[in-house]
Amino acid sequence: MSGNSFLPRKLHSLLGVIPLGLFFIEHALTNYSAFEGGKEGFQDSVSGLHDLPLIFFLELFMIWLPILFHGIYGLYLAFTSNLNVGRFNYGRNWAFALQRITGVFTFIFVIWHIWQTRVQVALGNTTNEEIGQHMHDIVTQPGFFILYFVAVLAATFHFANGVWAFLVSWGITIGPRAQKVSSRICMGIFVIVAVLFILSLFAFRSDEFASASAAIDSLSPAMLG
Amino acid sequence: MAETATATATAKRTVKFIITRRATPDSEPYTEEFDIPYRPNMNVISALMEIQRNPVKADGAKTTPVVWESNCLEEVCGACSMVINGKPRQACSALIDNLEQPVRIAPMTTFPVVRDLVVNRQRMFNALKRVKAWIPIDGTYDLGPGPRMAESKRQWAYELSKCMTCGVCLEACPNVNDRSSFIGPAPISQVRLFNAHPTGEMNAHERLDALMTDGGIEGCGNSQNCVRSCPKGIPLTTSIAAINKDTTKHMFKKWLGM
Repeated sequence: MSGNSFLPRKLHSLLGVIPLGLFFIEHALTNYSAFEGGKEGFQDSVSGLHDLPLIFFLELFMIWLPILFHGIYGLYLAFTSNLNVGRFNYGRNWAFALQRITGVFTFIFVIWHIWQTRVQVALGNTTNEEIGQHMHDIVTQPGFFILYFVAVLAATFHFANGVWAFLVSWGITIGPRAQKVSSRICMGIFVIVAVLFILSLFAFRSDEFASASAAIDSLSPAMLG
Repeated sequence: MAETATATATAKRTVKFIITRRATPDSEPYTEEFDIPYRPNMNVISALMEIQRNPVKADGAKTTPVVWESNCLEEVCGACSMVINGKPRQACSALIDNLEQPVRIAPMTTFPVVRDLVVNRQRMFNALKRVKAWIPIDGTYDLGPGPRMAESKRQWAYELSKCMTCGVCLEACPNVNDRSSFIGPAPISQVRLFNAHPTGEMNAHERLDALMTDGGIEGCGNSQNCVRSCPKGIPLTTSIAAINKDTTKHMFKKWLGM
């Protein structure tokens, strides 16, 4: 890559936390409302979000464009890294390798996930009101449940470890002690957010979210491709 | 009696070496095995000297002596860096008694291999020039004495000055490779050293600017292998994070025209 890579790399790091990290937390909390408040609670959270003013621009600037930049530049970064955990079997080197592996995996998953949910809403195959049932139909299929389970762990690790790296890359945590404390806090964030997502995955599997809607049943085979 | 028995046992004992060699920079690497007579307190350099004296492989066939570089033999010059049992380190401080056997020796392939264990570390010296890792004191007249340096600051800066440009941190870094232009950990720590000096500080922005160009500090991916590998125990990751802070501040100051 020619020219100056300092600014794109800095932007990549920033976008991962603001807005993508904030959106990721919001996503975890919204999903968790399915566990805490059941179908109704989840529906309230979803409609609350979709009632936000300028929702199209919020989505465009807070989600779509940042994901595109962070994802595509991240693929380039992963490509320029060697994985040498075999020779240097250290914890932080593992985190470095996993950050790249989970990043690539999460980006591919997110593209699929957006296709399976947001794009289907845009195409009119489901609606924001039916998204709970839609998720029920997805995660009650064992293959998809495992995919979502693994992807949630990968995305959450990438987020939590990314916050740790952000703090180093912006010169906030400098000494070894500061970096050790922040790595413990970030692993705590990993556990909490992962639990939120996993509980909501199980909540979506419950019968409460089941739907008699024939329209969604007819959609599922098509989405399995 | 007992002494003779020990001497005989010592004389018969050999240490197996598996060495990755290469005849020319472009030729394919190959390995050769050697059985070197054990001597107490021997290190990798003395084993290589033994091969130089008697270049015979483990299978009895004659071969060319293995080529390597070394100078100080006390781990301060950085010339004899090589990969010993998978880890980059100095051959002079690699005592055979502390190594798992057979001892596997290979060149640091992050650098261009010249021959056998000799590598070209020119990129490290180019990096020092690029970040201006010196203190400019030349003038057309006597500039007089510089500002004093606090003793507490001098003490931690001295730790950074132990860098011997040996290349071990670049070899350990997963982001220093053919697909990346990352300058590596050592020169970033040198920027911190020279920016900490009261006179060097006057040109701090030039060194930060150099690290904010392509292949500069942004290439660090925080694997932290460098700090685990540095033979001089230099706090490389602390230096990188400190320079991350300085370059970030420098970026905002430039944007705001401060």
